[in-house]
Amino acid sequence: MPKDGIGASVKRREDPRFLTGRGRYTDDINLKGQAHVHFLRADVAHAVLNGIDTAEAAAMPGVLRIFTATDFAAVGGLPCGWQITDRHGQPMQEPKHPIMAEGKIRHVGEILAAVVAESVEQARDAAEAIVVDYEELPAVIDMKAACAEGAVKVHDDLASNLCYDWGFVEENKAAVDEAFASAAHVTTLELVNNRLVANPMEPRVAIGDYALHDDSSTLYTTSQNPHVIRLLMGAFVLGIPEHKLRVVAPDVGGGFGTKIFHYAEEAFCTFAAKQLRRPVKWTSTRSEAFISDAHGRDHVTKIELALDGDNNFTALRTDTYANMGAYLSTFAPSVPTWLHGTLMAGNYRTPLIYVNVKAVFTNTVPVDAYRGAGRPEATFQLERVVDKAARELGVDPAELRRQNFIRKDEFPYATPVAVEYDTGDYEATLNKALEMSDYAGFDTRRQESAGRGKLRGIGLSHYIEACGIAPSNLVGQLGARAGLYESATVRVNATGGIVVMTGSHSHGQGHETSFPQVIADMIGIAPDQVEIVHGDTANTPMGMGTYGSRSIAVGGSAMVRATEKIIAKAKKIAAHLMEAAEADIELKDGAFTVAGTDKSVAWGDVTLAAYVPHNYPLDEIEPGLEETAFYDPANFTYPSGCYICEVEVDPDTGQVEVQSFTAADDFGNVINPMIVEGQVHGGVGQGIGQALLENCVYDADGQLLSASYMDYAMPRARDLPMINVDHSCCTPCTHNPLGVKGCGEAGAIGSPPALVNAVIDALQRAGTDVGHIDMPLSPDRVWAAMNA
Amino acid sequence: MYNFDFVKPATVEEALAALSDEDAQPLSGGQTLIPSMKQRLNAPSKLVSLLGIAALKGVKTSGDVMEIGATTTHAEVAAQATAYPALAALAGAIGDPAVRNRGTLGGSLANNDPAACYPAAVLASGATVVTSGREIAADDFFDGMFTTALDDGEIVTAVKFPIPQAAAYVKFEQPASRFPLCGVFVAKYADGVRVAVTGASEEGVFRWTEAEAALSADFSAGALTDLSLPADGMMTDLHGSAEYRAHLVKVLTGRAVSAAA
Repeated sequence: MPKDGIGASVKRREDPRFLTGRGRYTDDINLKGQAHVHFLRADVAHAVLNGIDTAEAAAMPGVLRIFTATDFAAVGGLPCGWQITDRHGQPMQEPKHPIMAEGKIRHVGEILAAVVAESVEQARDAAEAIVVDYEELPAVIDMKAACAEGAVKVHDDLASNLCYDWGFVEENKAAVDEAFASAAHVTTLELVNNRLVANPMEPRVAIGDYALHDDSSTLYTTSQNPHVIRLLMGAFVLGIPEHKLRVVAPDVGGGFGTKIFHYAEEAFCTFAAKQLRRPVKWTSTRSEAFISDAHGRDHVTKIELALDGDNNFTALRTDTYANMGAYLSTFAPSVPTWLHGTLMAGNYRTPLIYVNVKAVFTNTVPVDAYRGAGRPEATFQLERVVDKAARELGVDPAELRRQNFIRKDEFPYATPVAVEYDTGDYEATLNKALEMSDYAGFDTRRQESAGRGKLRGIGLSHYIEACGIAPSNLVGQLGARAGLYESATVRVNATGGIVVMTGSHSHGQGHETSFPQVIADMIGIAPDQVEIVHGDTANTPMGMGTYGSRSIAVGGSAMVRATEKIIAKAKKIAAHLMEAAEADIELKDGAFTVAGTDKSVAWGDVTLAAYVPHNYPLDEIEPGLEETAFYDPANFTYPSGCYICEVEVDPDTGQVEVQSFTAADDFGNVINPMIVEGQVHGGVGQGIGQALLENCVYDADGQLLSASYMDYAMPRARDLPMINVDHSCCTPCTHNPLGVKGCGEAGAIGSPPALVNAVIDALQRAGTDVGHIDMPLSPDRVWAAMNA
Repeated sequence: MYNFDFVKPATVEEALAALSDEDAQPLSGGQTLIPSMKQRLNAPSKLVSLLGIAALKGVKTSGDVMEIGATTTHAEVAAQATAYPALAALAGAIGDPAVRNRGTLGGSLANNDPAACYPAAVLASGATVVTSGREIAADDFFDGMFTTALDDGEIVTAVKFPIPQAAAYVKFEQPASRFPLCGVFVAKYADGVRVAVTGASEEGVFRWTEAEAALSADFSAGALTDLSLPADGMMTDLHGSAEYRAHLVKVLTGRAVSAAA
């Protein structure tokens, strides 16, 4: 076990500051002369907006200015970063996404006006005096109703509420239908992937600042990707060139996807600061977060699996309605399509797959990526239908999976849904998880539970995900309006210490600990000689940010490439210092040696020479030791794994208790096992939250019923078992320098179907004929299903 | 939160005088009032804190009666009501430690949240609510959701609990708020058994009299077998239907009896 390099469970250096209140979050920043904004938000879901009277409010104490949509007439809408082309070759319908409601209110929580005042309380007082003249319209909430002929339209200027009707792979459709017609067995399942609210511990915050002396703007914001915000807001919304706009995302208290997107509040604060010549700050309340943070999931799916007479999967067909909400959030259209359809092969050799997705506008908060983004939706339906098929056919769910796995010797494996898995060993993780969970000993535990009046069940799931997004040329063809490389600058100082400026952003992932481990390992110095700088467009070269489990696979690779350049240059310097041939220089344990001799110079001697180039090959190389690399991956990475969940159901109340949870993951090489385990714990916690507790519910009028923690059930420590984690089944990624795959989302992707499969197993073993229960499996739903 | 005046009198008399102002409200632990003020749903002109009145605090047991001062916190009841273990256990499981260190018995009763725990204990115990002006029997105190027999300006000063021969409280938590989706307090006295249910009914806490009769004759879970509670009048929300709540009442009553017996 290495002491502190790659593979060592180094304790997180950022934790003491987070745990002792010394972190510097956006809300901790207070600028001189700062004013505060309170947003007046819609309390109805759908209405014609006739007018907003701010006269009385504007005269109230402390009010600096009240903004409405008319102030943004010359400003662009919030851009969408991904364009989907539908089954018929047409671009998706893309409505304008204004900063504030223009002419119509389209969801509860939409901004109607913004009051900027000396204090938050004064702004809030004045907002209560604003008179909004509106005429309420019927709300469009249910997706299938929204697609019906004659449905009320969310956007009057669009042809319908259908954003797109996507077919994938469209050319396979006829062959898939034919395979179903000739199948020996077809298993069908209709299910809902419940809408979720991400609920990071830190709510969103934005502070706009404007510098008169150089006409530049700065936005401090709770973002997972400050450079992306700078590009989207600067180029598409406010018209500020990137060299006049700085975006800072300091310590961020959790993102889970919902802090990827560019939000109206960010553009507002930046815009208003320039108008008022004063910093303008907004801190979201938890109540606002529920109605303004992008939501996640919300798919309604019918999935069908065709099998031949030997239980081989022959075809898969899905039909999904995906909720977009009222407007297209930054990456919303990509989630149910390219992040979902391309994963429908799962771990299996199913030769024919057809995925249809209808994305629908409704009078609800926009829906976008949430931990896993499309892959949990794919995994849930696939692993549920495979489980159902096993039960219908009377075979062990583990063995039906094993039979249909892509074999270890079949990699690289091109699936029928456009992606090529580079490596994997699904049977290894299955066997590992079966062993860790004592699958064979389940019946003894079931009998013990039965003795206490409890119904015990066991369920498994096998997930695949595509991480490390992504080859820019590929995603460009798929409609992405951005490149998805990452960059890093490695700056070696004269005395040998290193600062790494990375475009990856850490908001809980532990980059400040794990990234130095890699560099320290490459050079042979202590990790505390390496500092990670991120989250500020002023001091990092460029960055596409952190999401999709991409930081170590893409950002880490950029850092490795830059460090390789550093080492190459340092070897030239060392060769000069030791009067040796460059080819003979070796770097080990922080010292350069000449092969076959006892000549040696320390890392610090070389770095000093680079900045004090008295004895230096100035005719060959420049002084200094700083290198930048951009890394654009050749492929996605494909983490996979097997999760096994064991539950007890109380037949009298329907209460489900998770008794044990096993996660055998293949993440490729692992930099810091402790951090990886923590990522799996967090992901599984969120997955169990989705499966058992969390549910975002609107009523037919578009009012959010689960608008606070009184009704939105977050998982707590006591809802979770100790999680048994293993990542020894390692097939390193074949196309990035570290052989890493990413681990941030796996837990949230693999766990919901394992849990639901376990509950169905418990209920069926107890003699009920319950075939499916939609998440969350709350006690009342389980009881109702048992007593239907 | 809107601006308000704040006073902290030392006696009940001073508190009543301060409460005579229009829009003045008494403040005890503030676990409901303060959040509703922060959300601007409640805007008293003056808050009269009762926490400075020493006479309203403490647990005293005399013979078969335990008297608990209105501003005694849940944590204090949990630690001090040793002579009435079921009540101490109930108090020790309300909310979380922060709530238990601030929330009070009197505040909970005066608020009469339909999903609060304490009303079930008070009603099942046939307790007496002592106020600044009179004594009110538990059966007369609770008057439907968030409504009590208290007059404007009248404050709860203490509750007298007759200590039962056996008792238990079992609650089933709503998954989000962790308030009871349904909670049942069963208390057995020499003259019969009382069963009070919280969290389930649209009318707030209530006594399940059929169960009381059956359990008075036979204090065992089996005595409930043939009983069922109609779903009419039970609450339906995101977390449970009326039918589910009616079912839970029976399950939890049985469990409470088993725990008490």
